[in-house]
Amino acid sequence: MNAPIGLSRRSFLKTAALVGGGLMLGFRLGDVETARAADGAFDPNAWIKVRADGLVTLICPRNEMGQDVYTSLTMLLAEELSVDPRRVEIEQAAVNSVYLNKLMGSQITGGSTSVRDAWEPLRKAGAAARIMLVNAAATSWNVPAADCRAENGEVIHGAKRSAYGALAGAAAQQPIPQDIPLKPASAFEVIGKPLPRLDGADKARGRTVFGIDAKQPGMLYAAIAMCPVLGGKVASFDGGSAEKRPGVSKVVNIGDGVAVVADHYWSAKSALADLHVQWNEGPAARIDTATIYAALERAKDNPGAVVKQAGNVSTALAKGKPIEARYTSQMLAHATLEPQNCLARVSSDGVDVWASTQYPQGAQAAAASAAGVEPRQVRIHPQFIGGGFGRRLDVDFIAQCVSIAKAMPGTPVKLIWTREDDTTHDFYRPPSLHLVRATLDHGRIAALSYKMISPSITNRLFPGVVKDGLDGFMTEGLVSFTYDIPNLDLRTVIQEVGISVGYWRSVSNALNAFAIESFIDELAHASRQDPIAFRLAMLEHLPRQRAVLERAAKDAGYTGKNIKGQAYGVASMECYDTHIALVAKVSGAADKVKVERLTYAVDCGIAVHPDQVVAQIEGGAVTGLINTIRSKVTVKQGRVEQANFNSFTIPRMPEVPPIAVALLDSGGNPGGLGEAGVPLVAPAIANAVFALTGTRIRALPLEDGGIRFV
Amino acid sequence: MTKLELNNQTITVDSPEDTPLLWVLRDYLGMTGTKFGCGATLCRACTVHVDGVATFSCVLPLSAVAGRKVTTIEGVSGRVADAVHNAWDKIQVPQCGYCQSGQVMSAVALLSKNAKPSDAEIDDAMKGNLCRCGTYQRIRLAIHDAARQLEGR
Repeated sequence: MNAPIGLSRRSFLKTAALVGGGLMLGFRLGDVETARAADGAFDPNAWIKVRADGLVTLICPRNEMGQDVYTSLTMLLAEELSVDPRRVEIEQAAVNSVYLNKLMGSQITGGSTSVRDAWEPLRKAGAAARIMLVNAAATSWNVPAADCRAENGEVIHGAKRSAYGALAGAAAQQPIPQDIPLKPASAFEVIGKPLPRLDGADKARGRTVFGIDAKQPGMLYAAIAMCPVLGGKVASFDGGSAEKRPGVSKVVNIGDGVAVVADHYWSAKSALADLHVQWNEGPAARIDTATIYAALERAKDNPGAVVKQAGNVSTALAKGKPIEARYTSQMLAHATLEPQNCLARVSSDGVDVWASTQYPQGAQAAAASAAGVEPRQVRIHPQFIGGGFGRRLDVDFIAQCVSIAKAMPGTPVKLIWTREDDTTHDFYRPPSLHLVRATLDHGRIAALSYKMISPSITNRLFPGVVKDGLDGFMTEGLVSFTYDIPNLDLRTVIQEVGISVGYWRSVSNALNAFAIESFIDELAHASRQDPIAFRLAMLEHLPRQRAVLERAAKDAGYTGKNIKGQAYGVASMECYDTHIALVAKVSGAADKVKVERLTYAVDCGIAVHPDQVVAQIEGGAVTGLINTIRSKVTVKQGRVEQANFNSFTIPRMPEVPPIAVALLDSGGNPGGLGEAGVPLVAPAIANAVFALTGTRIRALPLEDGGIRFV
Repeated sequence: MTKLELNNQTITVDSPEDTPLLWVLRDYLGMTGTKFGCGATLCRACTVHVDGVATFSCVLPLSAVAGRKVTTIEGVSGRVADAVHNAWDKIQVPQCGYCQSGQVMSAVALLSKNAKPSDAEIDDAMKGNLCRCGTYQRIRLAIHDAARQLEGR
C-alpha cells in the first residue's frame, strides 16, 4: 500500500499514524441506521438517493479537479446499482465522517487514493441499494427475489417491470442487507467500459461552476495585499484613501494581509494601490535560495531514519570502490490555473464556504477557527476545482476569506488572489538533496545506500503524524523501491529550511525517482550494460514491473543502439500501487535538445475508466515536464522571485511531445493514477540527455545543468 | 454607460470604462464562463472574440469594445463552434476544465480563418493558451477532428 500515512478519523487535528489502513476498516452504510422514507424517497446510504419521481442522485465523496473522480466514482456506484451513469444526477459531498478517505484518514482528495479507497465501499453501497430495490419489487409481486433482476434503473421479473422511483418508498422499508456480494470483473457492464466524462460537455462549453464562479445574492468581492516576504505580517497600515474609493465597502486587516472589500472585484483590486501597509517581515527575510540548500547540506551527516534495509551496506560498500553521486531538486509552485479564491458568509446562522478545495474537512476546521465557531456550525460547499495538484490541500485562503467575511456579518464575500499572489504565496514543493553510494559486483549492484534530505510537509500540515523521524510523504518511492539488491540502506533526513513547503503532485515520488532512476542509469553505464537489461535483472521477483518495462521499450522502438543525434532514456518504478515505466526519446545536441516522444507502459490493475486513466498519464507527463525542463522557484530575502507565467513557466503546446500510453491490465484491484505519470519524466529525460550528450545532469531543472531544450 | 453587441444582443453596461472586459463579463453580467488566470495575457483563459478575432479580455478595457461585437463561450455558435464542441466531446479533451473556455474560443477563431490547419499552425494559434492539466495532445487531435468535420468528411 502506497498511501503511507493516515490521520485520525475523529479529528484532523488529532492525528495518528495508520499505515495503509485501507479497506480493513470495512464498510459502513453511512450515519443512517435505516433507510429513510421521507416523501417516498429511498435514501439507503450516504451515496445514493432515489426519488419517487425516479431521479437517482449519486453523491461524489471526492473533489473533482480534473482527475475524473466525478465519473470514475459514479461508475463504481452505477455498476452495482444497475443504473446508466449518464442518467443520474451527481452531487458533491458535504463534510461528513462517512465520507472519510480511509487511505488518508480524513475527508481528503489526494495521494492518488480516490478510486483505491472507494473501490469496495462504493460498489457495496450500490449493491446494497439494488438488493433493497429488488426485494421491494419481489415482495410486491410476491415472487422470489432471486428470480428478479435489476437492469438500467428497473427491477424486472418476466414481463413485469418496475422503475426504481416507483419502488423507492417500499425499498426504504426493506432491511439493509448484511451480506452484499459484488459482481465479478467478468460481469462488469460499466467499469472498464467507454463512457464520456460526465463533466466533460459542460467544461467544453463554459458551464462548469468552479469555486471562483460561485455566486450568492448580495455578494461583495475582496482583493488582498500580502507581505512580499513569506510568512510576514501586517505591522501597521493606512487604508483611508482606499476606503474612500468608489465601490469600496471596507478595508480589513486580517493579520497576514490587508483586504479591500468592494462591490466588484476590479474595484477591490484597484483600491489596493491606495493602501499603505508596513510589514513585519519576520524571520524568512533572511532566507535566500542558497541558504535553503546550505541548510540541507549541513544535515547530510545526520543519520536520519531508516526506510528500508537489507543485508549490511557498510560492510558491502567497504569491500568495493563505491560510486557516489548527489542529486538535487528545485522548489516549485503549484500554479493551478484557477488562482486561490473563496466565497464565505459569516452570519448568526453559522458559516457557509463555497470553495475549490481538496480538503473539505480541513476547510471546515480552518473556517471554524477563523470565525470563532464550532466546526459543526460551518457548512462547506465544495466546488469544481480549476486545478489542485496538492495546492488545495492547504486551506490558508479559506481561513483568510472567512476572516474577511467575519468583518462583514451576513454579507457573502468572495476573495480572489491575483496570479502574482498565488505564485508568491504558495506552499512550495520541497527542495531536496539526495546522496547515493553503490558498489558493483559482476555486473550487479552489490550494495546501495541512499539518503534524502528535505523539509517535511507533513510536520507543518499534520503535526503528530510524523513518527520516529519518518514522514510518509518523503519516503514514497523508497517504501516501494523495486530492485532486488542484497545490501540496501534507504534513509530520509528531515531538515527544515525556513519556508513552508506543500504537497505537489506525486510529492516525494518525483524527488526520489529522479535520484534513484538517474543513479541506476549511472550504474548501468558504469558496468557497461544496457539500462533496461540492467534493471530487468534486478526485477525477477516483480513480473508486473518487468512487463511494463519491456512493453515501454518495445512501444518506444528501443533497440539499445543509439542513432547519431537521437537517444533514449528509461525509468521505471512502482507508485500508488501502480507499476509504470517510461522511455523518453530525445534528439538534437546539448544546446538544442528536443524531447521527441514519451512512451509509457502502465499496469494499474483494473482500469475503472480506461480513457481517463490514459488522460491522467498524459497530464502527469506534462506535469513531469514542469519539474524537468526549466521551471523553478527561487527565493531572495524571503521573497519568491517568480510571479506570473512569464517567470514561473509551465509547458505550452509546442513544447509538449507526443505521449503514448499502453495499459497492461493484470486484473488486480485498481492502483492510483492521478500522480503516477509525473515522477519518471525527469529521470527518463535526464538519462536520455546523458545518452545523447554524455552530460550527466544531477540537478533539476535540467536546463540549469548547461543544456537547452527546444 | 457602454454599449456593445454581446453574443448577438445589444447591451449597455454600467461599469467604469477602464474595467477589463473579463471582469465586466464575470461580475457585472454574471457570465462566468470566461476565466481569470493571470491578468496579463500570459495564459489566455480569458479568450473571447471581438469582431471574430480571439482577444484577451483580462487586459482589454470596456471602452475598447464600445460598439463592437463580442462573443463569449456562452454565446459562441455556428458551424465551426459546433464542430469544435463535437470534437472536444469525442476526443474527451477537458480534465479540470478551467482553461477550456479559452481553448475552445482560440480553436474556433483558428478554424474560422484556417479550416485545415497544420500541426505548426495549430501550435502557433494555440501556444498562448496554457493548460496546466496538460491536455495539449487531445486539443491538437480535437482541432484536427473538427477540421475533418468542417471538410464534410
